[in-house]
Amino acid sequence: MAVIEVSQHVDARGLSCPMPIVKTAQAIKTVASGELIEVLATDAGSVKDFGAWSKTTGNELVEQSVDGGVYRFVLRRK
Amino acid sequence: MTTETPPIVDPIAEAIAIADKWTEPQPAPEAEPAAAKDLLIIDYSGDLEKVWATLILATTGAAMGVKTRVFVTFWDLQVFVKDSKRITGETWMQKAMSFMQRPGVSHRKLSKMNFMGMGPWMMGVLAKKYGVASPKELLEAAQAMGVEFMPCQMTMDMFGLKPEEMIEGMGEPVGAATVIGLMTENSVPLFI
Repeated sequence: MAVIEVSQHVDARGLSCPMPIVKTAQAIKTVASGELIEVLATDAGSVKDFGAWSKTTGNELVEQSVDGGVYRFVLRRK
Repeated sequence: MTTETPPIVDPIAEAIAIADKWTEPQPAPEAEPAAAKDLLIIDYSGDLEKVWATLILATTGAAMGVKTRVFVTFWDLQVFVKDSKRITGETWMQKAMSFMQRPGVSHRKLSKMNFMGMGPWMMGVLAKKYGVASPKELLEAAQAMGVEFMPCQMTMDMFGLKPEEMIEGMGEPVGAATVIGLMTENSVPLFI
């Protein structure tokens, strides 16, 4: 498995809608185009929300997984 | 003597001939994606739950790269008065209005189950427990992400509100024509 180099981490664990998305939108502006950010969230709604956010903004959802109630999203800046 | 072949009169053969010529209807060519739309929230109510909804949608709009504007009018104007301001207005009637409804984003009442402030207090406790950002936090995030808050000039006049009594970073006061203009241009309107 290829090693993923993440430039920025967002810890949105314990936060409800819309803060995981809001924090991600703010964080992705701090990385260069093509770079990756990793988001951790516990909001179950974020699974659908990150898909919608990625589709609308054009920032690619590279990876998503769940581990013990913590959702992990890796996104690439457009 | 030539023999002419009689024309085909077999109905089945005829049906096959028609069917052979039949072409499947082609799907319409993919429509051009519509131009990105702006979001325009008309925030009329100053009730806690509706202010909350407005600010959640506004921050999310901005986070999704959608140009988001909020038209701040009527009861909602008091939400954008500084929290520290207790009484606003010039005349006794305007002052009495602000006395009856305390200004500021942190002093909102619920439209139902307010119970002299018990309802909003319980809401606050629940929000904290479940990691829901408060209206004040959402307002700050919205401003940081470039949501434009446009106060209604007419209501400001009627309530005797001065621009310096409002929070920092408010947009220019506007009127209904600006709102209608935005709606007919490129904005999805929401009335809350």
